[in-house]
Amino acid sequence: MATVLEPTTTTEDIVDAEVVEESGLLRRPKATTGVWSWLTTVDHKKIGILYGITSFTFFLVGGSEALLIRLQLARPNGTVLSADAYNQVFTMHGTTMVFLVVMPLSAAFFNYLTPLMIGARDVAFPRLNAFSYWTFLFGALLINSSFLLGGAPNGGWFGYAPNTSITFSPGHNIDFWIFGLQILGIASTVSAVNFIVTILNLRAPGMTLFRMPVFVWMTLVSSFLMLFAMPVITIALFLLMFDRLFGANFFNTAAGGNPLLWQHLFWLFGHPEVYILILPAMGIVSEILPVFSRKPLFGYPVVVFSGIAIGFMGWGVWVHHMFAVGLGPVAVSAFSVTTMLIAVPTGVKIFNWIATMWRGSLRLSTPMLFAIGFVAMFTIGGLSGVTHAVSPHDRQQTDTYYIVAHFHYVLFGGSLFGIMAGIYYWWPKIFGYALSERLGKLQFWLWFIGFNVTFGPFHLLGLAGMPRRIYTYPKHMGWDFWNLVASIGAFVIAFSVLIFLYNVMHSRKVRNVVGDDPWDGRTLEWTLPTPVPAYNFAVVPTVHGVDDFWHQKYTEDEQGRLVKLPPQEAQADDVDPASIHLPSPSYYPLIASFGLPIMAYAMIYGAYLVAVFGGIVIIGALYAWALEPSAEPHDDHEGGGGGDGADPGDTGSEGAAAVEEVDA
Amino acid sequence: MSTTTVDEHGGDDHGHVTNTGLSNEKLAMWTFLGSECLLFGALISTYLLYRGKSVSGPTPKDIYDIPYTSVSSFVLLMSSLTMVLALAAIQRGDHRRLRVWLLATALLGATFISGQVYEFTSFIREGLTIKTNVFGSSFFVLTGFHGVHVTLGIVMLLSLWSMSMRGKLPEEKAEVVEIAGLYWHFVDVVWIVIFTVVYLIPSN
Amino acid sequence: MTTFRRRLRFALVLPAFALIATACSRQPEPQDILNPQGPISRKLDSLWNPVFLIAVIIFVLVEGLILFVLIRYRAKSDDDAPVQVHGNTTLEIGWTILPALLLLIVGFFTVTTLVDLDRKPTGDVLNVKVIGHQWWWEYDYLDYKVTTANELHIPVGQPVFVKVSSVDVIHSFWAPALAGKMDAVPGRDNHLTIQADKAGQTYLGQCTEYCGLSHANMRIRVVTHTQADFARWIADQQREAAIPTSGTAGEGASLFKAKGCGGCHSVSGYTAGTVGPNLTHLYSRKTFAGALFTLDEQQLRLWLRDPPGQKPMNPNKGLGMPNLQLTEDEIGKLIAFLETLH
Repeated sequence: MATVLEPTTTTEDIVDAEVVEESGLLRRPKATTGVWSWLTTVDHKKIGILYGITSFTFFLVGGSEALLIRLQLARPNGTVLSADAYNQVFTMHGTTMVFLVVMPLSAAFFNYLTPLMIGARDVAFPRLNAFSYWTFLFGALLINSSFLLGGAPNGGWFGYAPNTSITFSPGHNIDFWIFGLQILGIASTVSAVNFIVTILNLRAPGMTLFRMPVFVWMTLVSSFLMLFAMPVITIALFLLMFDRLFGANFFNTAAGGNPLLWQHLFWLFGHPEVYILILPAMGIVSEILPVFSRKPLFGYPVVVFSGIAIGFMGWGVWVHHMFAVGLGPVAVSAFSVTTMLIAVPTGVKIFNWIATMWRGSLRLSTPMLFAIGFVAMFTIGGLSGVTHAVSPHDRQQTDTYYIVAHFHYVLFGGSLFGIMAGIYYWWPKIFGYALSERLGKLQFWLWFIGFNVTFGPFHLLGLAGMPRRIYTYPKHMGWDFWNLVASIGAFVIAFSVLIFLYNVMHSRKVRNVVGDDPWDGRTLEWTLPTPVPAYNFAVVPTVHGVDDFWHQKYTEDEQGRLVKLPPQEAQADDVDPASIHLPSPSYYPLIASFGLPIMAYAMIYGAYLVAVFGGIVIIGALYAWALEPSAEPHDDHEGGGGGDGADPGDTGSEGAAAVEEVDA
Repeated sequence: MSTTTVDEHGGDDHGHVTNTGLSNEKLAMWTFLGSECLLFGALISTYLLYRGKSVSGPTPKDIYDIPYTSVSSFVLLMSSLTMVLALAAIQRGDHRRLRVWLLATALLGATFISGQVYEFTSFIREGLTIKTNVFGSSFFVLTGFHGVHVTLGIVMLLSLWSMSMRGKLPEEKAEVVEIAGLYWHFVDVVWIVIFTVVYLIPSN
Repeated sequence: MTTFRRRLRFALVLPAFALIATACSRQPEPQDILNPQGPISRKLDSLWNPVFLIAVIIFVLVEGLILFVLIRYRAKSDDDAPVQVHGNTTLEIGWTILPALLLLIVGFFTVTTLVDLDRKPTGDVLNVKVIGHQWWWEYDYLDYKVTTANELHIPVGQPVFVKVSSVDVIHSFWAPALAGKMDAVPGRDNHLTIQADKAGQTYLGQCTEYCGLSHANMRIRVVTHTQADFARWIADQQREAAIPTSGTAGEGASLFKAKGCGGCHSVSGYTAGTVGPNLTHLYSRKTFAGALFTLDEQQLRLWLRDPPGQKPMNPNKGLGMPNLQLTEDEIGKLIAFLETLH
C-alpha cells in the first residue's frame, strides 16, 4: 500500500500574502518552456543538463587546445605555435580540463542523479543550485575571454610563484586566471554545501547512509573534499592577487617572501582536487559494473570505506608534488610513505570491481565497455603513480612526460572513461531515448585505441628524458618518433569524439525509445517514468536495502541464484501531481551570479567603482532572493506538515570572497 | 508505516522531516563554517610562516598596542553574549528585547570594526602598509579578511533587526537568529585565535 | 576459442609486445633517465628496477584478469543470471593487507635511499654553485673563484656538491645521467650531489621547472674530465682576459662597452655585469645562449642581429636580452672581440 508522504524538499507550503506582495522587485518567472525557463530554472535535472552541455562544450575547447599542443610537438623545432602561444595553450588546456570539464561534468551527474537516487524531489537549496551553475558559466567565459583580451593565462594550470607575479608575468593573463578561478571556486564551494545537506538531510525513509548507491557516497565524499579544499586555493589566489594588484610581498623573495608557500597552498588544494576529479567517475563505474554483470557490487561496504579513506588520506600526500623542491629527507620520506599507502584503498577498489565481474554474466554494451576501460586504464595510471611515490627516483621522473602519462591515464583513462560510461548509461533516463549502440561501440574502440596511442608513448618519452611544459624540443634527443605517434593518436581521439557527437545527433533523430528501465537497473532512478517528471517521485519511496529497486524485481534462492519476482502492482496514484509543491523558478540566481564577472573584470582593469557596482548587484540580488519564498503558494494546497510562515529570510550580504549560505 | 518521526522542533524543517534532525539551513551553516575554518587556517598559517621573516620595516614588537587590541577584543567577545541574549529573547517571544540585543550586537561589532580601522590607520601612519614587508602583507590580509567577515555579519544582524521591526521575524522563525548567531560566534572564535596567535604570542 | 576471442587476443597482445620490445631495445637517448653514468644516478636506478618490475607484474596480473573475465564471463543469453555474491571478507582483507605490506617494504627502501642521498659527501669534494637565470645557467666554482655559464665542467670519480639557487623564478637543475633534479628556488639554497664515472663525456640536461617563455631553451651540459684535464681547465678559466686594443677585435672591445654589453656581461678585468652570462672565456665553450646554439660565427651573427627573434624572451619587460639594433659592421667587430675570449 503506497504511503503518501510529504515532499521532502524545503519548499514552503504557506506563504504570507504580505510577503508575496513585497517579495522582490521582480515578479516570479512563469515560463515552463523555452529559453526563459532554462534561464530561471531551479530544477536539478535541468541544471544537470545545463552543466552537461556547457562542460562538454569546454571539453571540445580543451581538446582543441590539446590538438594544438600535439601539432606543435609532432615534430622537433615545431613552428605551429610560438613559445608565448604555446604557454597560453598548455595552461588553458590544463585549466580547462580540470575546472571546466571534469569537475562540471561530474557536477552534471551529481545534479541530475543525486535526488533521484536518494528518493528526493530536488536538492536542499534549488536556487543556490542554479546560482552554482551560472557562476560556473560566467567563470568559464571570463577565463576564456582572455584569449581576446590580450592573452590567456600562461603560468601553467598550477601557477607557480614567483613566475606568476607581476614582475615575471606582466600583462593581464594571470589576472584572468586568478579571477576566473575565484569565481569557479565560489560555484564549487556553494555546490558542495548544497550536496552535503541534500545527501545528509533529504534521503527517503529507510535510506540509511549504508543503503545509498555508491555514486551518492562518492558525491558526498567529493563534496566534502571540495568544501575543504577550495578555501585553500582561494587564499593562495588572494595572496597572489594582492601581490599583483596591491604590491603585497607574499611571493616577493627580496622581501622575504617564500615561493614554497604558493606550492604548499596550491597542492593542499591540488591533491584533494584530483580525488574530486576521480571519485565521481569511480562512483559511476561502481553503479554500471554490477548492472551489466547482473551481480551486486562485490564488497559494497569496502568500496564505500575505501572512498572515505581516500577522502581522508588525500589530505596527507600533497608534498609528493614537491619532491624535487628541496624539503629535506624527513618531509620527503613521510610523504613518500603516505603516498604509497593511499594506493591501498585505491587498489582495493580495482580488486572489488574485478570481483564484481568475476562469475558474472557480462553484457558488453557501450556503458560497460567504457566502465571496464576505466578499470583497465586507471590501473595503469595507478601503477605509474606508485612508481612516482618512490621519491628518490621521482627526482628523475618528476616534470617529465612520464608524469604527464600518469595523470592522463588516471584523468582521461579514469575520469573521462567513467564519465563517458555514465553518459551512455543514463542517457535514456535523461532524454527518453537511447544512444546508438553501434556508433557507441565504434566510438569506444577508437577512443580506447586513440587514447593509448597518444598517452602510452608519453611513458617512453618521459623515461627518455623529455621534460614537461616545453614548447619545442631539438632533433637528436630520441623523442621524434614517439611524439609523432602521440600526435597521431590525439587525432584519433578527436575523430572518436566526432563520432560521439554524430551519435548524439543521429540518435536524437532516430529516437529509439527504450522504456523506463532499459538496462535492468538496481537503483531508484530507474523506477521513474521517462522523461522524469518535474517532481521526480509521485510517491516518495520507502527503502529497505541497498539496490532497493533490484530487490523489488528479484530475490535470491538458497544457492544465491536470481529469482524473478512478479511485477509489482502499479502504485495507486492517489497523489495529484499538481498538488506536489516544487520550488519555483527565480531570476535571482542568474542576476546574483552575473555580478561576479562584473566585479572581476572591474578588478582586473582597476575600475574599482565598477567593482563596487558589481558588489551591489550581488548583494541586492541576494537580498531579494532571501526575501523571495522558495515556492509560490498553490491554490489547491493540501495542508499538513505544519510548515507555516514565510521563508526565514536569512539575508546574505556578499562580496566575491565569502558567499553566505542563503535559504533557497 | 512511516519510518521517520516528526519532531515538533528539532527535526522539523518547515514541516518536512530531515534525516539528521537539523534543518537544511542550519546544517548548511555548519557546513559552510567548516569551509571557513580552512579559509582562516590558510591565512593564519601564512602569517605564522612569515613571522620573523621580514627583511626591513616595522615588526610586531615595534607596532602592536596590546592593551588597545585587548579592549577591542573584549568588545567583540561581549557581542557574542548579546547575540546569545538576542536568541533567547526571540525564543521566548520577546520581540522588543530581540531587537535591543540584535542592535547591541551589531553596535558592539561596529565598535570592534572602528577599533580595527583606527588601529590600521595608525599602523599605516607609523610606516606599516601591505607593501612594506611580509609582516605588513600577512597582517593586513589576515585581519582584513576577518574584518570583512565581521562587517558582513553586522549587515546580517541589521537586516534581521529591520525584518523584526517590520513584523517579519516571528517566534517560529527563531532558527534564523540562531543560524546568524552561529556565524557570529564563529567569527568571534576566529578572532580569539587571531588575537592569540598574532598579537599575544611573541615572535623571537 | 571463438574467432572473436582469437582476434581479440591478437589485437591486444601484439601491440603490447611491440611497444615493450621497442622500449627495451632502444639505444639510450641523451637524456635517458634509465642510463645512469655515475654512482648517484645508479642508486636511483637500483630503486627503480625492482619497483618497476613489481609494477609490470601487477599490470600483467590485473589486465590479464580483466581480459579473462571479459572473455570467460560474457553473457551467453539475455536471461543468463549468475550466482549473487555480495563479498568475501577474507579475500577483501587479504587484498588490502598484501598490497599494504608490499608497499611498506618498498617504502622502507625508499626512506633508506633518501637518507643516504641527502648525506653531504665527504672527502675530496668539489663545491659548485649553480644559479638559475631566465633562461641560462650560471656555474660558480667557489673554491677556485671561477664563474662560467652553460657548461658545467667536472672531474670524474669525485663527488661534486652542488648548491642550487635562482635569481628570479623557480628553475630546476637536471642532468639525468648523473643525478635526479633539484629545484632552483629564489631565496633558498638547495643542494645536490652529482658524480660522473667516465671522462671525456658531455651529459645533457635541461631546466625542468616551468620558468616562462624560454623554459624549453635552458639547456644543461655537464662536461667530464680526468683530474688532470680538469685542473688545466680551471687554470684556463682563472686567467684574466687579454683585451685587444687594436684591429677589428680592438674596435669590438670598445663597442662591447659602448653598446652597453658590459652592463650585463662580465669580462674579467674589463666589465662587471651580472645580468647575463660571464663571457670571459666564452670561446672555451661549445655553445651559447643557454647552451641553445652552437658557438660559431654564423650563429653568433644571427643572435646579435636579433636575440629575441632567435630565442623567445621579453626584454621590454626586463626579461632576457634586448635587440641592440646593431649594424652588420658592429656585429662583425663584436664577434672579432668575442673570438679572443678563450
